[in-house]
Amino acid sequence: MVGIVIVSHSWKVAEGIYDLAMQMASENEHIIAAGGMEDGSIGTDAMKIQEAIENADTGDGVAVLADLGSGIMSAEMAIEMLESDIDVRIADAPILEGAISAAVTSTSGASLDEVIEAAEEARTASKLS
Amino acid sequence: MASKIYECIEKIGNRIIEEKEFLTELDREIGDADHGINMARGFSEVLAILPKDSDNIGELLKKTGMTLLSKVGGASGPLYGTAYMQAGKVCAGKTSLTPEDGKAIFEAVIAGIQKRGKAVKGEKTMLDAIIPASEAYSAAIDGGASLPDALDAMCKAAEEGVEFTKTIIATKGRASYLGERSIGHQDPGATSATYTLECIRDFVKGM
Ligand SMILES: Nc1ncnc2c1ncn2[C@@H]1O[C@H](COP(=O)(O)OP(=O)(O)OP(=O)(O)O)[C@@H](O)[C@H]1O
Ligand SMILES: [Mg+2]
Repeated sequence: MVGIVIVSHSWKVAEGIYDLAMQMASENEHIIAAGGMEDGSIGTDAMKIQEAIENADTGDGVAVLADLGSGIMSAEMAIEMLESDIDVRIADAPILEGAISAAVTSTSGASLDEVIEAAEEARTASKLS
Repeated sequence: MASKIYECIEKIGNRIIEEKEFLTELDREIGDADHGINMARGFSEVLAILPKDSDNIGELLKKTGMTLLSKVGGASGPLYGTAYMQAGKVCAGKTSLTPEDGKAIFEAVIAGIQKRGKAVKGEKTMLDAIIPASEAYSAAIDGGASLPDALDAMCKAAEEGVEFTKTIIATKGRASYLGERSIGHQDPGATSATYTLECIRDFVKGM
């Protein structure tokens, strides 16, 4: 199953998105929230994200959903620092909607490409029509 | 006894920590009011973990970068983290540096920051201090200037770069959310980069 890592500056945001995603993907044990700094303050920590990616991977790869600015930069650094060969991609998607689409798609047994595609579709989906 | 490279990084760390409030104030105007807090948190950890007596320049710069990467928290974490790690690569195995090494370090640092943050000069970021500083330093060294004169030219260019950031709109980072309202304020990252360069100049001149 494709793993999912949720990266936010705020651990509350990451945990909250995790909770929402888990409502629809309760059997998925490979979704991990990597929010905030070690001491709980707001920020992103590449080492924490790296560890989350390693823990989320089952061999099928990992999709990363990140919020703004350093969320993306720290996720990219984390991917570059990986010691094992893990197939990881960052979805170009809004973090909340993207994470939910990714979680549902991953739980259905889809490939990493399909999970990323599902997350990125959330970018163009209209909410009002 | 503390090595020269340790003392230099310590000088930079102490200056950043001293300027914590001011850097945070600058970031309050055009960002999320955390640049000084972020950088001070990062450098406090750097000063706590760095081995004082090692004169392995590459190793100390790499450790500094890895620590900033994990402890800073904002965009300046991956950006300064990359900068120090790239500088560390240029200095791998070295226990002393030449003026020419300085040019190579600048090139690697700028390439690293640009790869990570995808910004160019003129977007109101730390690059608006670092790129002109690098150009001024290299031009001075190539023109046969003494090292102290080259370092003075470097800092002057960085300070002018900070002034320049007041006149432009931010198109990268948090400040880009403000659009035109970012004009009139100096960039926090360009400011901390200038402090860093000033510390290096003062340290080298005092050696
Ligand atoms: N893409 C970028 N390229 C180069 N420098 C950047 C970039 N984005 C931000 N910066 C620099 O980082 C400084 C802000 O650092 P700070 O530690 O406050 O991070 P932040 O913007 O709060 O991070 P975050 O992305 O987590 O919100 C800016 O003043 C700017 O100089
Ligand atoms: Mg900030």
